[in-house]
Formats: sequence, structure tokens, C-alpha cells
Amino acid sequence: MAEVKQVERPLSPHLQIYRPQMTSFSSIMTRITGNGIIVGVLLLVWWLLAAATSPAYFDFVNAIATSWFGDLVFTLSLLGVWYHYLAGIRHLIWDTGRYMDIKTAEMLGWVCIIGSVVLTALTLIIIHL
Amino acid sequence: MRYLTDRKRAVGKGASGTGTEHHWWMSASAVALAFMIPTWLFIVGTTLGADQQTVISTFASPFPAILTALIVIVGMQHFAKGTEVWIEDYVHGTAGKALKIAMHSLAYVIMATALYALGKMVFIGLLLGN
Repeated sequence: MAEVKQVERPLSPHLQIYRPQMTSFSSIMTRITGNGIIVGVLLLVWWLLAAATSPAYFDFVNAIATSWFGDLVFTLSLLGVWYHYLAGIRHLIWDTGRYMDIKTAEMLGWVCIIGSVVLTALTLIIIHL
Repeated sequence: MRYLTDRKRAVGKGASGTGTEHHWWMSASAVALAFMIPTWLFIVGTTLGADQQTVISTFASPFPAILTALIVIVGMQHFAKGTEVWIEDYVHGTAGKALKIAMHSLAYVIMATALYALGKMVFIGLLLGN
């Protein structure tokens, strides 16, 4: 190893000049949903704690959990859970070396998006039966 | 200048310092969660909105109690280790380390709170004779 030369290397293109693609979008969504679900978890665990505490405290937290705000948080969390679920399975499949070509990868992105909406709707229908 | 050869830099546990341990753990816990989540969503979804008595007797019964405990224990660790990925991308140095510790702490606080609530509901359930 002689001189270490500083070579002028091309910079990798930054995110903001990249055309949005299904592969990058579905990957970013995996991260957002995985982290975002924590809001729903916080509300749910608070609700569990309230149920174990006292009738007055349960009434207070239950009112929040079943309000329009609670419905919004839990519905978005449900959508997030199903998206993250499908995207996670997609990663497990990719880890076996299968379906890595761009066409299939893009198709799997659509599967995650459409699938999560369908599974959310199905879940809401089933739990309200 | 670095005296390490390219090969020397590549062998061992790599840039992460922990090899593939993180990736493997995330995959293994993902499979576990994938099996548990659908049933758990159904239990939680059908119990949300019920009166306190029903909530307690539901989570005091063995299957919902054990499943919820598993979801919380595995899920919160999956969350904490998952946050490490974006933290490593966007927050570096001491701030990054601090944030990772904060995220792990948050996960463990949620885990302990949920387990406490479950334990207490099981106890109340016993007292009420469910």
C-alpha cells in the first residue's frame, strides 16, 4: 500500500432528485409504519392500565380510546400494522433470494399497499360483526 | 493512512460490529409476530369499546392474557431494535446512542406497564371468580 490517492468519486444522487419509485416508496412506508404504530400501542396500553386501575380512571381513558381521536389512532395503527406485516413478509421472501427483480419487487409493493387496505377493511368488518 | 488491508476490514463482524445478529433477530421475531398478530388484533378489536368488567374478564382469561404478554414482550423488542435502523441512518454519534437508549427505554416501560396491567387484571379476575 503506497500513496492513498484521493480519487474524485461521483456523489450518489440525493433522495430529493430521485424520481419516486414504488420500491423506494414501499421501503420508506415500512419504516414509517413500523415506528408510527407506537402511537396506537401507547393508547392501547394506557387503556389496559386504566382497566386495571379504577372505574373512574377507566371511564376517562376509555372515553379517549373510543372517541373520534381514538378511532383515528387505532384505525391508522391497524392500517400500519397490516402494511408492516405484509412488507415484513416481503422482506422474509427477499431474504431467501426470490422475487428480487424490479418488476416483481414493484408488484410486491402494490401488494403491500392494496393488501393492507383490504386487510384493514376486513379486520374492521370482522370485529364489528 | 490505514494499515489494514481490505480483507482485514471485511472479516469478522463487519461495520455493524455485531455481524448479522440484528438482522437475524428481526427476522426471527417478525415470524413470531406474524403468527400471533392476526388473532391478537381480533381479541383487542372485539374488546375495545366494551365495559370495564368485560375488558378485565377478557384479559384475565388465559389465552388473551398470554397472547397479549407475548405480543408486548416480542413486539416491543422488535420495535426497539427496529428504531435502531433509522437512528443509524439519521442521527450519529452520542445523540444517536442516546436516542437508541431512549427508544429501548420507552419500549421496556410500555412492556412493563402492559405486563403490570395484565397481571392485575388476572388477579382481579381471580377475585371476581372468572
